[in-house]
Amino acid sequence: MKKLINAVGDVVPDTLRGMAAAHPSLRVDVENRIVVRASGPTPGKVGLVSGGGSGHEPLHAGFVGYGMLDAACPGEVFTSPVPDQMIEATKAVDGGAGVLHIVKNYTGDVLNFEMAAELCAEEGVHVISVLVDDDVAVQDSTYTAGRRGTGATLFVEKMAGALAEQGAPLEAVAAMARTVNERSRSFGVAFSAGTVPAAGKPTFDLGPAEIELGIGIHGEPGRSREPYREAREIVRVALDALNTDLPFSGDMLVMVNGMGATPLMELYLAYGEVDAYLREKGATATRCLVGNYVTSLDMAGFSITTCLLDNELTILWDHPVETPGLRWGR
Amino acid sequence: MDTAFFLRWIATVTERVRAERDHLTDLDRAIGDADHGSNLDRGFTAVEEALVTTSPATPADVLTTTGTTLIRKVGGASGPLYGTLFRTLGRSIGDVAEVSPEALADAFADALGAIMKLGSAAEGDKTMIDALAPAVPALKVSFDAAAQAARDGARATTEMRARKGRASYLGERSVGHQDPGATSMAIVIDSLRAA
Repeated sequence: MKKLINAVGDVVPDTLRGMAAAHPSLRVDVENRIVVRASGPTPGKVGLVSGGGSGHEPLHAGFVGYGMLDAACPGEVFTSPVPDQMIEATKAVDGGAGVLHIVKNYTGDVLNFEMAAELCAEEGVHVISVLVDDDVAVQDSTYTAGRRGTGATLFVEKMAGALAEQGAPLEAVAAMARTVNERSRSFGVAFSAGTVPAAGKPTFDLGPAEIELGIGIHGEPGRSREPYREAREIVRVALDALNTDLPFSGDMLVMVNGMGATPLMELYLAYGEVDAYLREKGATATRCLVGNYVTSLDMAGFSITTCLLDNELTILWDHPVETPGLRWGR
Repeated sequence: MDTAFFLRWIATVTERVRAERDHLTDLDRAIGDADHGSNLDRGFTAVEEALVTTSPATPADVLTTTGTTLIRKVGGASGPLYGTLFRTLGRSIGDVAEVSPEALADAFADALGAIMKLGSAAEGDKTMIDALAPAVPALKVSFDAAAQAARDGARATTEMRARKGRASYLGERSVGHQDPGATSMAIVIDSLRAA
């Protein structure tokens, strides 16, 4: 394993120290692993808290700032944070209007956030939790832990964050978060697995001519293993799955997201294929993101996340945002 | 069984989780995300420290401190689930200096219920429950019987298809691998014999 790290056990705190040094707009509590806006809670504004395993950067800490999150709780690599972090973060960002927890649907994240929300309620903080479960690769929700929360988390954080910034009450911000989730879908493909520093070797092995379809973002394998083929066809497999689940139409927001070890060149190449496919279906990508936003360490591969826009969502997407990972209009 | 017994039990679990750390992580690599051993080791190492600093006075104190520390330190699904196991044992046993085998068996039955509720999982889902559930009635017989039942239960997960947790995303491909959570649960129960 060749990784730019000092010691396996220090990866998360060392990363947080770097983020703190790079971004004075963040207040980073390295010991307790909480990242909040340096400006403190905004009185009367709903606070947005998210969190999850580390290794998905810039998600979530990179999305703390004006127009998105108020706090992020980074866990160990690929391991959900613990309730203590979430409770501290929730109290730190409560501006009196309540706090929204944005939770990716992974068993660990769900259980820890659930415990945190109960304890916050006991302490008198009004918390609503919204689950993100956009991953269409999980077909059978009855016999699984349900669809995973992946790329749409960014959309939820962005649009609910914009609404909160405009002074909307907690119930409305939570409803918007649910709406964005319902209108969003994701599908991921891996060319090679990432390596968790503590494990020292890749989470799964893929042959030189194999790809893994329907991966999640925690390094777990996906729904099937298939032969490698050209970009046009791989992108089509992903888009067919998305379009079957929630047909493309009208104005759409599309993210072509790198998993960590795929060049931006290839992501743009893929985006060209996505754009052509949407046109074929009579839909238009009126907004897009191409880059590494919801990563999985050094996994090679990509994911596509789509969202059916309407006027309100487009306005919320365009609303100014100023975070380390996403920034426009300000 | 007194406070010292429960301290020995947790110390044995800590030791054995450390020894089995890489094995548990390897099992998790096959059907999960390759961190079960390292997470539990981190958690029980924190428990070891917490039990020294708080010097618990009763069996329930030992168990509650263990559970709370796991919830605070482990993360993932195993943190809240193992945390709930030990906290429920502590609550169920109550404020006594000596715990009878019957009371411990009853406490384990309560803990099983609490874990099933928290994880909304049942027997046969290929989880830690598959090691814990068969051990609960066996506890009324002996620790040896419980350990045997837990080991057999863990082994039987190999043929199961996962329906909960991250392994569930693999569907049929989860068959053929022993569940890491059931394996660590078997270690926890087996450690009662050494206490």
